[in-house]
Amino acid sequence: MSVSKSTLRLAAVASAAALALAGCASATESVGSTGDSAAPGKGTKAVGFIMVGPKDDFGYNQAVYEGSQVIKKEFPDLDVLTAENVPEDDTAATTMEQMIDKGAKLIFATSYGHLDAAMKVAAAHPDVVVVQQGNTISGAVPKNAGTYFGTVYEPMYLAGIAAGASTKTNKLGYVYAFPIPQTIANIDAFERGAQSVNPKAETITVSTSSWCDPGKQQAAAASLLSQHVDVLTQHQDCTATVIQAAEKAGAMTVGYHADASSLAPKGWLTGAVWNWGPLYTDIVKTVLAGDFVGSKFNANYRVGYKTGTNPFVLAGFGPDVSADAKAKIDAAQKWLGTDAGSPFVGPVEDQSGKVVIKAGTVPTYAQNDALSFFVKGVVGKLAK
Amino acid sequence: MSLVVDVMGGGVAGGTSIMFAALGETVGERSGVINLGTEGSMLVGALTAYAVATDSGNPWMGALAGAVAGGTLAALHAYLVVFRGASQFAVGLSLLFLALGLTSLFGAAYVGRPVVGFSDWHVPLLSDVPALGPIFFQHDPLLYLSYLLVPAVWFALFRTRLGLLVRTAGERADSLTVHGYSVSWTRFGAVTFGGMLAGLGGAHLSIAYANAWFENMVSGRGFIAVALVIFAVWSPWRVMGGAYLFGMAIALGPALQARGYEWNQFALDAIPFVMTLAVLAVLGRRTLSSSPAELKRVFENAPT
Repeated sequence: MSVSKSTLRLAAVASAAALALAGCASATESVGSTGDSAAPGKGTKAVGFIMVGPKDDFGYNQAVYEGSQVIKKEFPDLDVLTAENVPEDDTAATTMEQMIDKGAKLIFATSYGHLDAAMKVAAAHPDVVVVQQGNTISGAVPKNAGTYFGTVYEPMYLAGIAAGASTKTNKLGYVYAFPIPQTIANIDAFERGAQSVNPKAETITVSTSSWCDPGKQQAAAASLLSQHVDVLTQHQDCTATVIQAAEKAGAMTVGYHADASSLAPKGWLTGAVWNWGPLYTDIVKTVLAGDFVGSKFNANYRVGYKTGTNPFVLAGFGPDVSADAKAKIDAAQKWLGTDAGSPFVGPVEDQSGKVVIKAGTVPTYAQNDALSFFVKGVVGKLAK
Repeated sequence: MSLVVDVMGGGVAGGTSIMFAALGETVGERSGVINLGTEGSMLVGALTAYAVATDSGNPWMGALAGAVAGGTLAALHAYLVVFRGASQFAVGLSLLFLALGLTSLFGAAYVGRPVVGFSDWHVPLLSDVPALGPIFFQHDPLLYLSYLLVPAVWFALFRTRLGLLVRTAGERADSLTVHGYSVSWTRFGAVTFGGMLAGLGGAHLSIAYANAWFENMVSGRGFIAVALVIFAVWSPWRVMGGAYLFGMAIALGPALQARGYEWNQFALDAIPFVMTLAVLAVLGRRTLSSSPAELKRVFENAPT
């Protein structure tokens, strides 16, 4: 097939799409800019980041912001645009449109719930690359979109080893917000890590139905501590309350998002913390060179210890982690980097004891991302 | 600890911030003014207390500053409503959003900063009493202050001349004028005092209960407090009971989950609000008939 024919065909498809979209101006624009959409984002002058919370929350959003500042440093010619407190609704699409108006042809939509808006913007602007952090595009991935994330459950598995080795009551507590796949994988990996060194360890879960409501976190932490849980961890956007509740009660803590050992000098074990800079840099390089289409980022990309640039790393250890536990964690991290390694190597049983992942099976990152059940040893009911 | 003791103790600890605010709102409403900005007073109280406690290292200074901040926002409400004749609802909500914006802006610097908050202090002897000890006497000093405030506010409202003035401003404003007192200043004072208590409630949340500052951390507790005042038919004692009941409904979910009961989290989350609606439905007209007369005039179409 000749080039001109395929271009014509593309134009015809685009016009049909434009008609179908009933006069959507940006869709019509795409007919004239097939050259751009062949290499969306190429040579962009600006990069946009939208965040769901404040850039200084000592958590998820601060990590994103710090990653964006790495881009600013690495690419001095690029204009780095950031927007905080962008809700997970149409406001997100509007904010991204404004960034596009300012010349951004690459946008990072960094909250789980920003996906719908991101897909909408990607559909309206074929010459702009929109990548989304943490969610998954179902079905065919458009040429100018993708999702990316690290495998946070890998460091949580390692942290689980520290918790399982350190607990005296064999009861670990997990405060979480909502039963999204990312959280489920974290909780399951944490429990599997603990079990790997302490078969009696169980993880008791309490949900707060909020990413940051310190009052509810305190209630959750207090109820767990009263049940003789002696290691607390969490999946929350703001983390200080749970960590301090544990420290005050003389319990131990596994952190999340950021190194909070200063809040819990006695009870801090370790934690899963972020480092987005290297991954963001890779994505920006790929897009600038015009190589985005068909690249690993033009998909639901997951990166972990096997691939090397996992944006999640293990935080430093506290005083309660024994030399023996540290050695086990070190060995487990190396094992996770091999083809045979995974927190979810079969057999994996669900809470009822049914084998869900068969013995010997090593699930892929994509499969881990879609976990929808609690493993045996986790206490609590998943809301469906 | 048994489930009942755990939930009740959790209810007292978690309900106290709401109780401070509701107690304050009771005084304001008794004088005839509704302050929907209570949530805002709690927010500025929470942040100011956190900031002052962090910088001074003294939680009592923090609590005091929180009360002053909450009272200042309420004084603004009172000024606009009482002296400028503005709509109570519009002003209250506007002040809430102002407080949200200001605390997010100025609070950013304090997110994640460690605070020297109130520590739990077990009351000697009393804290060892089975059941009652862990429920009421293993908490922080600011919470114990609230035990004193409830009878104090009740006494002031119903047994002192000042309380009579406040209640008269809310029931028969005209007769207050006849006796040479200023309705406006009485209301101004009552609403400002109410805001101070709401600020203390915010302080309890940020430097005694959760030991953290985060934007919008009050998360609707101020609105619950306003609803609670109606729920409690403007009585300080009932406010106390209602706040604890609400706190218990919040504590029930985590307590059940921590014991491995297989309940859906979203069903548990709904309990406090289902409970509130149920009580309001049962009390219904009774609450309206015992409402301060001047307050009823605020609701133009309210049935009497």
